[in-house]
Amino acid sequence: MSSIGTGYDLSVTTFSPDGRVFQVEYATKAVDNSGTVVGIKCKDGIVLGVEKLVTSKMMLEGSNRRIHSVHWHSGLAVAGLAADGRQIVSRAKSEAASYEKVYGEPISVKELADRVASYVHLCTLYWWLRPFGCGVILGGYDRDGPQLYMIEPSGVSYKYFGAALGKGRQAAKTEIEKLKLSELTCREGIVEVAKIIYGVHDEAKDKAFELELSWICDESNRQHQKVPADLLEQAKVAAQAALEEMDAD
Amino acid sequence: MAWQQPMDGSHASGSKAAAAVADGPGTQRTQYPYVTGSSIIALKYKDGVIMASDTGASYGSTLRYKSVERIKAVGKHSLIGASGEFSDFQEILRYLDELTLSDHMWDDGNSLGPKEVHSYLTRVMYNRRNKFDPLWNSLVIGGVKKGPKGEEKYLGMVNMIGTHFEENHIATGFGNHMAIPILRTEWREDMTFEEAVKLVEKCLLVLLYRDRSSINKFQIAKITTEGATIYPPYSLKTYWGFAAFENPAQGAVGSW
Repeated sequence: MSSIGTGYDLSVTTFSPDGRVFQVEYATKAVDNSGTVVGIKCKDGIVLGVEKLVTSKMMLEGSNRRIHSVHWHSGLAVAGLAADGRQIVSRAKSEAASYEKVYGEPISVKELADRVASYVHLCTLYWWLRPFGCGVILGGYDRDGPQLYMIEPSGVSYKYFGAALGKGRQAAKTEIEKLKLSELTCREGIVEVAKIIYGVHDEAKDKAFELELSWICDESNRQHQKVPADLLEQAKVAAQAALEEMDAD
Repeated sequence: MAWQQPMDGSHASGSKAAAAVADGPGTQRTQYPYVTGSSIIALKYKDGVIMASDTGASYGSTLRYKSVERIKAVGKHSLIGASGEFSDFQEILRYLDELTLSDHMWDDGNSLGPKEVHSYLTRVMYNRRNKFDPLWNSLVIGGVKKGPKGEEKYLGMVNMIGTHFEENHIATGFGNHMAIPILRTEWREDMTFEEAVKLVEKCLLVLLYRDRSSINKFQIAKITTEGATIYPPYSLKTYWGFAAFENPAQGAVGSW
């Protein structure tokens, strides 16, 4: 690491001579080491999926959730430091709530993404703050239909058809690119996301993981919700079957 | 009706303006309502809870608004109906929106039922009364939700003072005087929806005849395990040919 020992990597308020902010790059590393997070925009909604790495066998299933609702119509999936993610979630919730209080209508997904991105970016501007060690994928449904945004520790936010963060992001992105997202329904989408997450999971390095899935579509009343238990189970079974088929070949 | 006059009754005629004028340093709070809705009638029946009201709202004694909804659904399992200050009711609905949103965001498979909503509203109402700044309403909360004893029906009310209770049938405002005697004699636990509608319409009609601030445009709502249904407004057939209506002074001892 060329940055170490140069003195330019200690603060977000100091650029390196070649114009980089190393603290932000280190924060990105925290995201890259995380369990994979995937989001796709289907023709009728959004599906978010997380490979939640289970650090202890004694941990209760369903705890330390990485997908959170931030309003009726939008949800946020966190890659990286989960605790940093909760800070972002809480900010997103209050932005969404205050927008609705002021303007009397739910916040648009774009506006919410912009506001959350500004908050994340804010933490890269002052020496007494540390950038967030997490990236988030924000999915939502508003009058312009379903939308997907990804926000990185640097504070940049882009709109995506499909996005991935964490360890398996490269493999996940190639898999997403193979999908015909404009024809895919969310019901089919949850199976695809499950397949991707099971596919990129590295059995050798990380043992146990829990699949977390959420969606926003007509079937969920255009509200952000956990995928119902029976559908989640079906998706898991399909994903495992697909994996075994691959191994057999 | 309690919410139409200050508690001491001294501003009953014409001196309302004086009540709003600060008579010293400090803040003035709500001392009387402006736009008010009249009675709410609600009762449990076989499958759930039925709630009814007219769609009028009065500015003082003027019938100012003729099609306002005073019954709304809250979350998945509850209905709320309100008499009294309409703007306070709108504020309460905003509180409830906030409540149901945070309930949704937990996404833990639990949801607030009528019991919880009622309890929440009793705290809000009593808290505001203790600040001497009451929300000028009588609220009725009805609902059905699965509990330890299976599907449980719930019907309760809370008023601007914070008084709260559960009952099998509830009527607020003028209805508390005119409809409760009818409900006490005719209500049964196992009423069908049709019977419940009939009973509720009987109460509404009596109120229409006797309560000057009621109007002939009614809304009925029900809540069952299937969820809330709020029906579009409709009118009832009236008959004004009763002898007592044609000559109200007859038999009256007073001077009118």
